[in-house]
Amino acid sequence: MTPGSNVETKPAALRPRASVEAATAGLPPRLSGLQGLARHRAIWPLLALALILAVDGLISPGFFNIRIVDGRLFGNLIDILYRATPTAVVALGMAVVIGTKGIDLSVGSVIAIVGAVITWRIHSGDPHFVVLLFALGVGVLCGLWNGFLVATLDIQPIIATLILMVSGRGIGLMINLLYGGTNPSFTSPLLQGLSVGHIGLVPTRLILGGAIFGALWLLIRRTALGLFLESVGGNSAAADLAGINARLIKYAAYLICGFCAAWAGVILAADTHTSDPVSIGLYIELDAILAVVIGGGSLSGGRIYLGMTILGALVIQTLTTSILTSGLPPEYNLVVKAFVVIVVLLLQSANLRAALSRGFGAGKR
Amino acid sequence: MNEKYLPLVATIAVFSALFITGGLLYNNFLSTLVLGDILADNAFIITAAIGTTFVILSGGIDLSIGSMIGFVGVVMANLDLHGWHPLASGAMMLAFGLGFGALQGLIIDFCDIQPFIVTLAGLFLLRGSCFMINLDSVPIQHKFVAWFAGLSIPLPGDGELRSSAIVMLVSLAAAIIIAHFTRFGANIYAIGGDRTSAALMGVPMRRTTIAIYALGGFYSALGGVIYALYTSSGYPLAGTGNELTAIASVVLGGTVLTGGVGMVAGTLFGGMILGLIATLINFNGSLNGAWIMISGGVLLFLFIVMQRSLLSSFKLRSAG
Repeated sequence: MTPGSNVETKPAALRPRASVEAATAGLPPRLSGLQGLARHRAIWPLLALALILAVDGLISPGFFNIRIVDGRLFGNLIDILYRATPTAVVALGMAVVIGTKGIDLSVGSVIAIVGAVITWRIHSGDPHFVVLLFALGVGVLCGLWNGFLVATLDIQPIIATLILMVSGRGIGLMINLLYGGTNPSFTSPLLQGLSVGHIGLVPTRLILGGAIFGALWLLIRRTALGLFLESVGGNSAAADLAGINARLIKYAAYLICGFCAAWAGVILAADTHTSDPVSIGLYIELDAILAVVIGGGSLSGGRIYLGMTILGALVIQTLTTSILTSGLPPEYNLVVKAFVVIVVLLLQSANLRAALSRGFGAGKR
Repeated sequence: MNEKYLPLVATIAVFSALFITGGLLYNNFLSTLVLGDILADNAFIITAAIGTTFVILSGGIDLSIGSMIGFVGVVMANLDLHGWHPLASGAMMLAFGLGFGALQGLIIDFCDIQPFIVTLAGLFLLRGSCFMINLDSVPIQHKFVAWFAGLSIPLPGDGELRSSAIVMLVSLAAAIIIAHFTRFGANIYAIGGDRTSAALMGVPMRRTTIAIYALGGFYSALGGVIYALYTSSGYPLAGTGNELTAIASVVLGGTVLTGGVGMVAGTLFGGMILGLIATLINFNGSLNGAWIMISGGVLLFLFIVMQRSLLSSFKLRSAG
């Protein structure tokens, strides 16, 4: 039996129950008399997404219209997918890192560095294909640095990645200063084609995001790497004793996260045509972590849900787009987002659901 | 020496080393004047970080600190426009902090949601509320603020212990008593060490969790009151990113993020190390914004490595 087939031999019925166990981190498993449908982990984020979209449909009747303008698709739903792509790509890498019981706060800074490097290399006249390789290489390098701190120096991930988070935007500014100019701009048919262009009717970045998701899914679910990543997240010491090189696996996780952040950096920098290290990808780390958690991933590690993470990113972006199209003042954005996040999480809470179905007060342990 | 004091000793050693380095580099650096300034300038963040220490000791995390600091300032400034006394509005905000923290604790424990996410929602909620109340910076013009700012105790040398530093040190003393001399404090360490065993040993989990986050909310609101009085204004973006500074202070102070290990007193020195780094960069004067960000990261890295090597050398010596 190949190691890859191991992943698939896991009984599928075990999964949802195991996810509840991961979420309750060490507490004794609770018996829940809920329906099988309600127990599926995708149901609550999907319900939340459907609810937000239903409210949108009520407020603005033309919300779901999709039309073709200048040979490409237009409409609110396409816009949501379009804007969610960078966050979703970052969140995919974040899901892998969180699966190993880590966290990467530096993704926003990696995006800033990648944007600065792209602009710098284009200004020094490199072929644009080489610039793209440079950009991805920088992301991998940042991932290696985080991996070095977490795996080799054994620093707590939140602090280890805080170092690059604090200094990364400064590094971006320094790269800008190398050849003068505060926020230098650039044009590149290749990079802008990847970001804002379209193939046929479909925006390129959706295809790009889909390709990254597909490649990552194959890597995680069709090779042994996914199993190794999840076992290191479940119990690093036990995985080490079982013969998995936990250190190497952690390196791989942060490397994947840096690589994904680099792709998001390419999309975002080419979108704005500039290198603006101070504000590019600001707070994207929080949105990415939120996407993973809305998708049912536990910060205590051990599980990687790639598809659910995409769903989480879509919930966040749908919410943001809805607030903008509904005509609420932008000041309300954060408050509404906070409330929806709380509601989605409360819906996912088995304890609260049990308490609600059994009458309030019965959920005490 | 008792092993539990090692991280604290390592932190104090690094702080002293940094301070002496500053003294060698710049004239007049090694004085109570600089020390008093560092204490006063960072009093609000250290106060908030003290509350975070309890949360982190229990194995949780609180990201709502920075927004709480901003929110408290905005509310106090806008109540000042309506003629409220800063002490009255401050007391109200302390009660609000206590209640808000308790609510976060209740959601975390009752709904089994990770603290990171609940307090992240708290971050969004409080920051969004700041924007909804007022988008401008509002000054606090009450006479009390000027009186409070002038309050100080002279230190030997030219320095003085200013009012914000005094409030911070008093709240630190209270926190040390809570952490080390009460049953509640022992419960915090027990939960942080091992949740399951703590629950089995009869630690009241829900009550303790709620109290921990209430305490965290109270201390970050107190940090917000200190900040509002110190800057005599309320600004909706105030305290942005301070949650990470506070967490960094706690960790630099020797508290382990997984919980159960660490001391409240360490947070004082952790916060002062970050303040000292900023002061060192200010003394240099020739560094631009990019360098300040980069050197902040580099110094954080160097510090963590130094603390680790100090700790391991202590351990080797005690083992040998």
